[in-house]
Amino acid sequence: MARVTVETVDHVARLAHLSLTPEERETFARQLDEILAYAESIQALDTRDVEPMSHAVTSEVLRDDAPAPELPRERALAAAPDAADGLFRVPRVIGG
Amino acid sequence: MSALTDLSATEIARRVGARDVSAEEIARAHLDRIAATEDGIGAFLHVAAERAVEKAKQVDAGLAAGAAAPPLAGVPVAIKDVLDIEDVPTTCGSRILDGYRPPFTATAVARLEAAGAVVLGKTNMDEFAMGSSTENSAFKPTRNPWARDRVPGGSSGGSAAAVASGMAAAALGSDTGGSIRQPAALCGVVGLKPTYGRVSRYGLVAFASSLDQVGPIARSVEDVARLAGVLFGWDPRDATSARIDVPDFPTGLDAGAGGLRIGVPWSFLEAGVDEGIMTAFRAAIDVLRSAGAELVDVALPHAAHAIATYYIVATAEASSNLARFDGVRYGLRAGHGGSGGAGEPPQLHERARIHSAREDALNHMYGDTRDRGFGAEVKRRIILGTFVLSAGYYDAYYLRAQKVRTLIRRDFEQAFATCDVIATPTSPIPPFRFGERTADPLQMYLADIFTVPANLAGIPGISLPCGFAGGLPVGLQILGGPFDEATLLRAGHAYQAVTDHHLARPPLKRA
Repeated sequence: MARVTVETVDHVARLAHLSLTPEERETFARQLDEILAYAESIQALDTRDVEPMSHAVTSEVLRDDAPAPELPRERALAAAPDAADGLFRVPRVIGG
Repeated sequence: MSALTDLSATEIARRVGARDVSAEEIARAHLDRIAATEDGIGAFLHVAAERAVEKAKQVDAGLAAGAAAPPLAGVPVAIKDVLDIEDVPTTCGSRILDGYRPPFTATAVARLEAAGAVVLGKTNMDEFAMGSSTENSAFKPTRNPWARDRVPGGSSGGSAAAVASGMAAAALGSDTGGSIRQPAALCGVVGLKPTYGRVSRYGLVAFASSLDQVGPIARSVEDVARLAGVLFGWDPRDATSARIDVPDFPTGLDAGAGGLRIGVPWSFLEAGVDEGIMTAFRAAIDVLRSAGAELVDVALPHAAHAIATYYIVATAEASSNLARFDGVRYGLRAGHGGSGGAGEPPQLHERARIHSAREDALNHMYGDTRDRGFGAEVKRRIILGTFVLSAGYYDAYYLRAQKVRTLIRRDFEQAFATCDVIATPTSPIPPFRFGERTADPLQMYLADIFTVPANLAGIPGISLPCGFAGGLPVGLQILGGPFDEATLLRAGHAYQAVTDHHLARPPLKRA
């Protein structure tokens, strides 16, 4: 089975854009190791020829592909921590 | 409890509809009750008093103008803070949504209001609905009205506590792994998790999209059925909402337990249930048998794997859903949030270095925002979910869990070939003391053993009070086949017709 180390937690935290404190890294590594050890029980089940179930809804319901009025731009931007000129603003990443 | 806050949702709708009492009087009585009781309970994150009185007046004006009485005329409801209401703050129990006021209203809330219900406010919850005790709220604990040193359950703990303590006649919760049924059980009220797809999730902040479902909490099955009749139905704004007819719920509610085949998964219950809870459970199914039901032994051989399966599937979906909280479009932004000055254009050889430094600045903004905005349980689940989806582990964990999910659903399909509903205790443990289980997340997860299978299978479940163990409420869970809420409600109402556990009220104690 997979063993969760502090390095595993660091790697996954980077993937998930999470900054963790040293205490969190240690605690999460220990707790996730315990949780995954418990979850090991499903490895013993025979799942040959079993289809994975991603959803309880069997018939996919699609709505009509018709344009309709949605949120006005200023309403969509109203909750942003930083917006200007009708756009969301983030720290500069390109150009220069 | 003053007379008006003691009324059931059904009775309020009848009296307001008959103009025997005004929706405004009902709203003010419940707001007074909140003012007197809330300090000792902590059920609400936001009380929208002015808005409530305004909406109540509109209901009264409509009736005065001769409009037909709507099914929830004047019924005061509390809304779990995971559902959006236009211009009312939504926090999801999290600091990361600090200051967010959504520009739209959830369909479930809009349906209640269109049916005459009056929203009192938003209720406390575990952050992003991740938890079974409401202790993961970033803001405050909610106390169990029956024992204030104990948790109300979760994640819809605020909604259950508000209804139990008479601050609201009914409430909305959301249930991803038991978050309506378990707090309903721990607070001695009724909670219904409908079939996946039954209630629109438009305006519900997503936790685990293949599992989440919105549902009602109230003090009787009759009240829950009344709310279900309003909430259920297709919504073009939710692609997972089912186009299936909704029965007229009050009809058939009185059909009784006669001829009902109730499956009991005895071997699954050996997993370890508190003795007092087991005694109350046995007594409850005996009551149903005396009322004419037949008890059938059923097997759910894969249900023992439900917790492992659930905590892989749910965290994987959560890690994806919660990626949207990045400090760009709403809520909190931490760290170097500036947009960067223009300055002199740098030399070519400088650009690569600056570009990388700027990427780092953006990544730091994401990381700092999410670090400051999310609490420990949310981070733990994002990390677990990201791990089970990551290269090298996807097949062994996520894909395998999805296959076990199929096995769990098949168990139910086979069981429902020999019975109409399945009965279990809702929670294997009684309400626990604050802090008692927070240090060990796995122990907290294991207490969801009887509720998570229904979410994995997509079937409906209801929890209703079936007595007390050591002075603390015990919940009876009844599960049904897909879209067969009518039979659950019939069974639950038959039980409440011959018992009075649902009429018990927590001791009055002013804060």
